[in-house]
Amino acid sequence: MLKHFIALQWKSFFRAASFKTNVAFKILMIFGAIYFIAVFLGLGFGAFYLIEDAELGDPFKIVNSFMIYYLVADLMFRYAIQKMPITNIKPLLYLPILKSKVVHYSLGKTIVSFFNWSHAFFFIPFSIILIIEGYNPLGVVGWHLGIMALFYCSNFLNVLLNNKDSILYPVGIVFAVLGICQYYQLFDITVYTAPIFNSLYNFPWMAVIPWLLVAGLYYLAFSYFKKHMYLDAGLAVKKSVAKTEDYTWLNRFGNLGVFLKNDIKLIRRNKRSKTTVITSFFFLFYGLLFFTGAIEVYDNAVWKIFAGIFVSGGFLFTFGQYVPSWDSSYYPLMMSQNIQYREYLNSKWVLVIIATVVSTVLAVPYIYFGIDAYLAILVGAIYNIGVNSYLVLWGGAYIKTPIDLTSNKKAFGDKQSFNMKTILLTMPKLLLPLVVYAIGHYSISPTAGYISVALAGVFGFAFKNWAFKKIEQVYKKEKYKTLLAYKQNS
Amino acid sequence: MITTNNLTKSYGKHTVLNIESLIIPKGESFGLVGNNGAGKTTFFSLLLDLIQPSTGSINNNNIKVNESEDWKPFTSAFIDETFLIGYLTPEEYFYFIGELRGQNKADVDALLATYQDFFHGEILNQKKYLRDLSKGNQKKAGIVASFIGNPEVIILDEPFANLDPTTQIRLKQIIKDLAQNKDVTVLVSSHDLMHVTEVCERIVVLNKGEIVKDIQTSTETLKELESFFGG
Repeated sequence: MLKHFIALQWKSFFRAASFKTNVAFKILMIFGAIYFIAVFLGLGFGAFYLIEDAELGDPFKIVNSFMIYYLVADLMFRYAIQKMPITNIKPLLYLPILKSKVVHYSLGKTIVSFFNWSHAFFFIPFSIILIIEGYNPLGVVGWHLGIMALFYCSNFLNVLLNNKDSILYPVGIVFAVLGICQYYQLFDITVYTAPIFNSLYNFPWMAVIPWLLVAGLYYLAFSYFKKHMYLDAGLAVKKSVAKTEDYTWLNRFGNLGVFLKNDIKLIRRNKRSKTTVITSFFFLFYGLLFFTGAIEVYDNAVWKIFAGIFVSGGFLFTFGQYVPSWDSSYYPLMMSQNIQYREYLNSKWVLVIIATVVSTVLAVPYIYFGIDAYLAILVGAIYNIGVNSYLVLWGGAYIKTPIDLTSNKKAFGDKQSFNMKTILLTMPKLLLPLVVYAIGHYSISPTAGYISVALAGVFGFAFKNWAFKKIEQVYKKEKYKTLLAYKQNS
Repeated sequence: MITTNNLTKSYGKHTVLNIESLIIPKGESFGLVGNNGAGKTTFFSLLLDLIQPSTGSINNNNIKVNESEDWKPFTSAFIDETFLIGYLTPEEYFYFIGELRGQNKADVDALLATYQDFFHGEILNQKKYLRDLSKGNQKKAGIVASFIGNPEVIILDEPFANLDPTTQIRLKQIIKDLAQNKDVTVLVSSHDLMHVTEVCERIVVLNKGEIVKDIQTSTETLKELESFFGG
């Protein structure tokens, strides 16, 4: 039976409509994974000595005291990203396969997930170092096994908690607050939790307890899924109560308003687009890496423009680059309705501009890092509005990945980034402003650098009509290919 | 109204549609029948400029559809669920289409009121998004949306499929009423020979992309079609 399941998995990967680009995407993912593995390995070998050198106390105790945050963060991270195992089991339901086998397989698949074994890259070297440093080997092994079990607990907890925002978000907030309390020395939760992890070392046999917990959670997840393996229960798609909304205040914008109304509904009512908005919000904090001097190589005037582009352009990049894919599920309607491309594009453009302006206003606190920091963001915003807004719309015409609005799959990066044309288009988006700034900065003065980037933006803005005409032509040219691509749901 | 000249559509060596000439006069109710793969949807997609012809062209009211977009204001269609916007409620969807076609809310409401029977109380005020409606109800919404804005050409691909018997009977009446209006050209495709002979004045049979029969509907038509497909 397992053979069949694995064969199905294999085929679903290799026969996907987007297989070729999929492989490229997987390769990128593998690189990402290697990066994380390297970081974990580095920490695993280095953490002990780093803590020791910092003279914070017994490194093992320190690690144990922060373990609780590690575990909670891990759970949050899984909740946000790890995919649920119950996909594609619908067609198996009526086949002569025992339900329990299907569930075992689905759950079993999560065991080999990267989210579980990646931690080993930290804990195995760390444990080895502990033994080398003279900790009791038996204790270390017990501790190691116990902690590993806790990550598997996290794995199955995540499965059980799927889509229960009401539980997980409060837990996340509580721990964030606890972290702040600890930082300000108001209350220290680790005083209560660290002994639990320490006792795994002191009494190695206690490692059995978390493993029993894993077994228990597995059983719970198993029976939960088995019981809910019905189309109207566990496999049912959640339906939300709909409310008709008018947004009549947008009517004053005429035809533009018609599309804006739709776009606002699109963003508000779909999981994928909501995630995009949240992601774009986090872009606001990207500048912290640059302006706090946290990373040395970024501590350079030219890189600050780079930061400015990203801080103000979060929405532009995350939402804008997928125009027109947001409308992929009903693109044939849009193409046969009484719609002018210009109006359609204009509404998306206006959305992007509004979001850029809002981000720029929200970024005002960056003044704390000096007026220069905010100036960089401001000219970045002007460049985004004047130049990048066209470029993302233009690039969008070549991104022919249909978007499933109701799912978050692929929300974090997509194979579309491997499209040659879109890669070429990122050059003027990101590099050109840096070059423009550098010329101004090094040939005249930093102020001249800012002015020249801003001028490039204003210049672009003045050519809106021309740019739109060109983009419209590209969209028209790509229309049939786009329609065809959207038809093939991967 | 609609004239087709030397229209072919090929994928590689495989020709899926080959229509030398087909003229559909204004006001005709036109039925297209054929087995799976006969080219019905391909023809409609070409007519809506959703795919490009390999050779030849279609003119809709003397406008070459793959060259100008001026046919859009007077043409409407419901082909499949890709013509629905899933995250809108049916009302919002109707108003959206209405706004695109220059109809205000009152106009759309007036039109919807005439389709109360057809909706059978399952479309309006359901507190559901279109994506959460059943296939049949989605279809009802899509079909009625294609009537918004007094279009002169209405294209419906398989409108009867997925509908319950009551709704099928009502839809037949609706299409017959539309056919009475000599300004409206209705194009319908169907697998159901009975329905299509009932509502269409003229029936064209496609087989492997070619027109094999072109019949003005009469009492004999159903028999003729049945013997064609049966034999």
